[in-house]
Amino acid sequence: MAMTAVKDFHKLRRLHGLFCVYKPLGVHWKLVRDTIETNLLKGNVAPPPALPHKVRFLAEPSPTGEAGAAASLSAAPVPALSHHPLVTGPEFQHIRVGVGHRLDAASSGVLVLAVGNGNKALDDLYKTRVTRDYMLECEFGMATKDFSHTGRVVEKSTYGHITLDKLERVLAMLEGANQKATRMFSNVDMSSQEAYELAVQGLLGPDGKSAPILTGLRCVHFQPPSFTLEVQCLNETQKYLRKVVHEIGLELRSTAVCKNVRRTRDGLFTSRQALTRNQWSAADVMQAVQQHRYTKKTEKTVRKRSEESSAATRQSKADVMSSHRGKEHGS
Amino acid sequence: MSMAMASACGQLCMRCRGSLSSKTAVWRCYSHVRHLIPRTRQLLKSFDGLFITKRLASTQTGLSWKQQMCCYSDLAEKHLTADAKDNKHTKELTKTSITQITNTLMPSTDVLSMTEHPAFLDLDDAAESSALEEICDEEAISISVPSSLPPTSTSLRDYVEKSETLSKLVELGVNLWKLEQRPNVGSMLLRLDFKTDVAPRLMFLKEIGVKDSCFGYIITHNPFVLCENIENLQDRVTYLKSRKFSSETVASMVSRAPYLLNFNVKRLDNRLGFYQQQLQLSASNTRNLVARLPKLLCVSLEPVKENLKVCEIELGFKQNEIQHIVVAVPKVLTANKRKLTQIFDFLHNTMKVPHYLIAKFPQVLNTKYLRVRERHLFLEYLQKAQYDPTLPNYISLDRMVSLPDEAFCTELALSTVEDFYLFQKTL
Repeated sequence: MAMTAVKDFHKLRRLHGLFCVYKPLGVHWKLVRDTIETNLLKGNVAPPPALPHKVRFLAEPSPTGEAGAAASLSAAPVPALSHHPLVTGPEFQHIRVGVGHRLDAASSGVLVLAVGNGNKALDDLYKTRVTRDYMLECEFGMATKDFSHTGRVVEKSTYGHITLDKLERVLAMLEGANQKATRMFSNVDMSSQEAYELAVQGLLGPDGKSAPILTGLRCVHFQPPSFTLEVQCLNETQKYLRKVVHEIGLELRSTAVCKNVRRTRDGLFTSRQALTRNQWSAADVMQAVQQHRYTKKTEKTVRKRSEESSAATRQSKADVMSSHRGKEHGS
Repeated sequence: MSMAMASACGQLCMRCRGSLSSKTAVWRCYSHVRHLIPRTRQLLKSFDGLFITKRLASTQTGLSWKQQMCCYSDLAEKHLTADAKDNKHTKELTKTSITQITNTLMPSTDVLSMTEHPAFLDLDDAAESSALEEICDEEAISISVPSSLPPTSTSLRDYVEKSETLSKLVELGVNLWKLEQRPNVGSMLLRLDFKTDVAPRLMFLKEIGVKDSCFGYIITHNPFVLCENIENLQDRVTYLKSRKFSSETVASMVSRAPYLLNFNVKRLDNRLGFYQQQLQLSASNTRNLVARLPKLLCVSLEPVKENLKVCEIELGFKQNEIQHIVVAVPKVLTANKRKLTQIFDFLHNTMKVPHYLIAKFPQVLNTKYLRVRERHLFLEYLQKAQYDPTLPNYISLDRMVSLPDEAFCTELALSTVEDFYLFQKTL
């Protein structure tokens, strides 16, 4: 019983990795990070170990009871109070919990967090070109100061003339502009062999810091006044996405405003794996970290196996071809 | 090896003392000793009269070794006029070293600064008495030793073992680590004496009925209760009892609001009067209110007045509705105004719950905004969001808000908890 408690306590020291959390609407991302850190610290409190004992020489009262005649001393082990948890404080006062791509308070969705050494992986995640997936719930007919439906209304307009066809045309135009931006921000000369090879592999993209780029944009739900867009993007901020919605409204000779920005995917982390508000306890976080590590490992082995099998098939094909040619030559 | 060296030094000293009495002879003795000690060993130059190398005190830390040096010089001071006693060389050395060890370990409260010690400067005085002479046991125990307490420290950890007050407080369950982070509280606790300061106040708290297990909580949150005058504490308790609070109520109020007894009678009276007038409650209702949230007597009144104004003007409740809400949920008086208005806005404008229903179930004003929002949107998605008691399929607000997740899903939403969590990820 005591051994399991001690093991749980040391699990905190060995907790390293990434996991994702569903950030609720209206909450600042820092509050989420602080709550998770507090829960991790509280969740692994082992019962305090026995206090170490120190040997002290205690004065025994003399048998005759004379004042000042404390002549005999006896050695006795006395618990050392300076190691008591109420005096030293908790053993863990801080855990390194890092946040990935941030979400502002008015958006909700997948927020990647890292614990311990996972913060280095977070840094790599930031540097690689992973895209993020958003669902934008929007509404025609209003334009506000900060492009969201709670801001001060600047303009109101009709939207009866808008059809799905017109919307899709606007979206296609935007997508084209963004494709051009993708090619522009990659530091590769467009008329070179290198550019062609990268494009064939699908690795042509913006290098490092660039303007926000939408790599994918489509409408999933259209029922005026409300419509929903699905967006894949790079280097974006949520305010930029709301501005894009505003510009779509302007392109359609009307106005549009974004009611809800919801991130459904950040790199490899989807909302399916995200922990909701009631799953932010230490045990759930540890399980999520382990789950992510396991999925990464299985994906790696699966990819390796598929590569090997494709190499094997290529080899066998080459053998067949060579044997066939040999037969031809022979005949 | 080092003990043998020291015993050899001791032997020489004893021989010198026995045979010669002049100061020059003593000097010669020391010069002999100097030759004995090999040059490879480091000599501590500040202690000229006593050639004792660092290796003698190898098992102890540098600080305690320096104390031993102090002890040696202390002995030298005290036994300046001691008679020459019989020499038992090794036994003496071991005996004096044991007495030194016992003296360093016995709790003592005076801290001597080493630089102020005069004995080091005067060689002749130190030479007259030796640290190695035999003394009787009573004298040995009565030697005062500079304690190992650091003169200043940032933590109470260094003092807790030596200080009776601090060790007793730790046994009571006071969180010293938290208290030492508050400015000046640590030094205040150190200066208290357990028998004269702490014990009478703890006895007083016990007399008014506070349980022993609550002492730790009370002192952790309000260490200044140990500085308060006992007559004042007595007056305040008698005042509360005169206002017809029963003794158990007073005890529970003191346990839950540790700062209560630090306020003077006039202030307590002022506050009780305020609550009675503002809310126009009867005396028994006021007593009930204050007994359930004793913090009301400790907080400042301005935020409470503002909260009442918010309820009246911004939220639009009538006076009797406010009375009912406050008596049912006293926490509304000390709640955050922004959160209060946010949750009321959601209840009234989004959920379309009228005023009288909110007044009927005041606990909805005490819940978290996110909880109410998620549950309402889930019920709306399932088309079960109906809060009007006159219509069928009515869902009462208090059950919607207070039930745990599983009970809410199975009884009110008629769905599963997994569906609820999946729905939360679409918000």
